[in-house]
Amino acid sequence: MKILVCVSNVPDTTTKIKLSGDMHSVDLANVQWIINPWDELALTRALELKEASEGKIEKVTVMLVGAKSAEPTMRKALAIGADDAVRVDAEPLDAYFVAGQIAGAIKDENYDLVFCGIESSDYNGSAMGSMLSEFMNIPSVSSVSKVEMDDDQIVVNREIAGGFEVVVPELPFVAIVQKGITKEPRIPSMRGIMMARKKPLKVVEASGLEALTEFVKYEPPQPKAACKMIDADNVAELVDLLHNEAKII
Amino acid sequence: MFIFAPTKNNNMPYPYNPPDYFQIDELLSEEHKIVRSAIRDWVNRSVVPVIDQAAHEHKFHERFIKELGELGAFGPFIPTEYGGAGMDHIAYGVIMTELERGDSAIRSTASVHTSLVMYPIFTFGSEEQKRKYLPGLASGDLIGCFGLTEPNQGSDPGGMEAKIKDMGGHYLLNGAKMWITNSSIADIAVVWAKDENGIVRGMVVEKEWTGFSAPETHNKWSLRASVTGELVFDDVKVPKENVFPEIKGLKGPLMCLNSARYGIAWGAIGAAMDCYNTALQYSLERKQFNKPIAAFQLQQKKLAEIVTEITKAQLLAWRLGKLKNEGKATPAQISMAKCNNVEMALNVARESRQILGAMGITGDFPIMRHMMNLESVITYEGTHDIHLLITGSDITGIHAFE
Ligand SMILES: Cc1cc2nc3c(=O)[nH]c(=O)nc-3n(C[C@H](O)[C@H](O)[C@H](O)COP(=O)(O)OP(=O)(O)OC[C@H]3O[C@@H](n4cnc5c(N)ncnc54)[C@H](O)[C@@H]3O)c2cc1C
Repeated sequence: MKILVCVSNVPDTTTKIKLSGDMHSVDLANVQWIINPWDELALTRALELKEASEGKIEKVTVMLVGAKSAEPTMRKALAIGADDAVRVDAEPLDAYFVAGQIAGAIKDENYDLVFCGIESSDYNGSAMGSMLSEFMNIPSVSSVSKVEMDDDQIVVNREIAGGFEVVVPELPFVAIVQKGITKEPRIPSMRGIMMARKKPLKVVEASGLEALTEFVKYEPPQPKAACKMIDADNVAELVDLLHNEAKII
Repeated sequence: MFIFAPTKNNNMPYPYNPPDYFQIDELLSEEHKIVRSAIRDWVNRSVVPVIDQAAHEHKFHERFIKELGELGAFGPFIPTEYGGAGMDHIAYGVIMTELERGDSAIRSTASVHTSLVMYPIFTFGSEEQKRKYLPGLASGDLIGCFGLTEPNQGSDPGGMEAKIKDMGGHYLLNGAKMWITNSSIADIAVVWAKDENGIVRGMVVEKEWTGFSAPETHNKWSLRASVTGELVFDDVKVPKENVFPEIKGLKGPLMCLNSARYGIAWGAIGAAMDCYNTALQYSLERKQFNKPIAAFQLQQKKLAEIVTEITKAQLLAWRLGKLKNEGKATPAQISMAKCNNVEMALNVARESRQILGAMGITGDFPIMRHMMNLESVITYEGTHDIHLLITGSDITGIHAFE
């Protein structure tokens, strides 16, 4: 059995995002890059499954669509314990593009289980996993909060309103994972970091597929307006302001 | 939307964003940065949530040893065949910076373990000694300590009174060591003592051996989350195969100290950066006279001086690391870096604490703890004065110790 974990390279979650003057780009100077937190959880769970599988899962591969500058993030994934890594050499333009590139790059590889995070913490698109399963023409299960291996089956819990659903999908399938899939992301050890040096990191050319969306510009939320405090006893004034000033009643 | 909020940590009042004013990051390799993020993640997860209370309770969490072993933070520059990671000295430095950002106690444990216990066994030990002790020390299954300082001999270890006597089949060890980090929790001690000819020899002493005791020293106001104590040897039989075969004289312990001092030169920057990170963010939030206190020139002067000093220390440490990787770092250069960077950190802690006003004295912020810790750091591994004397002797050619 082989597992693929799709990872994206995102700014550290504590980064203060600054936009360029023309609102067209994000200022990336001094940004620390990390593995998208959901992907890191997925990778950790994939490695746990592999270790518990008594050899049944022979390989965990990480896959990223991105420029060369994203390679440190892949090296970190290898240091955490992935066996090998594949990078499609292209800027990740939109979810359709990324999913299409991944599907193209792995079409001959026969992965039995593909992990994706439920979204990436940069653009929060939440679309890549389902698009990937479409491209691959295989099932997908979203909001997965638990993955177990039972003989040759993969059993997943899918979060639904008020509880969860237990699903045994046909292999191969895409598991789109949530928090809860494992306790904490695994921290690479110093030896793991040294071993990652020697692990294969393959770079493949992007296919001719084009993005479906065109990015126009960023727009920050309106700054908070000043807040008027009205005395709790002064209902008349409140009604008056809502009526005449805010004009909502 | 699923916002991936970093877990709220009561003991981390602000997100940790250390300064990199001179783009020193560009001087680090991809691997160094992974090392840094790994150790930082561990510190955030394992140390930050408990360290304030541990310091209050004068308690060392022994689980740190196991976790540091699993991480590979012990003996990172020791070759993999002995359980190390085979990394370079800059990686070791980066690890020390991140650990000391958590607490000097954690860095002290890692320094002692790596530079004062694993390093001498690796450098001076016989093949059997290396195979016997290094893998266990690397994994954290064995805890080590280093006994050089004595009740009557601190800065002048050449005057040590601990002695070994050749009994034919073994040596008999007598004497006492004081101020020993990890003493009462250690499984083995690297001990330095004089033979009958007055020559300093090093040896590995095991906790279980008859006549060896290691009482803890209580009542410290510094490094409260680290164990410090004595080593007492009363006719301890040391098998000959436990003595380092070749190394003789003070050169042995001094080489160990060089390795540890190197790590401290990097480590102290971590404590300083934690103080600065706290002071900067607090000064932007705290308002007095209708303005953030960061808007006042006096506070800006403090912050500007702090970030300048940290930047200088970073560059010193990085260059020293390069020299060490090339095998060219001299003991005098290491002394200068230890001396400068620890004093810098202590000054940064004091200035940062003032920026926080009364809040600065509480355990809600890490500054006071760092400040108290650094009072030990400026004394151990050669006092500040002794390092100045080393530099003085190096540049004038005149030895002014005696
Ligand atoms: C928390 C902690 C942990 C420690 N861990 C260890 C350990 O693991 N192993 C170990 O072996 N030791 C350890 N030490 C001991 C430490 O290395 C010594 O405290 C240090 O070397 C100084 O020795 P001393 O305290 O005896 O001071 P002294 O040597 O008595 O010095 C007292 C003062 O006199 C000054 N002085 C001394 N000689 C001169 C001179 N020639 N010229 C000018 N000034 C001078 C010093 O600078 C200092 O200010 C630890 C100490 C502490 C506080």
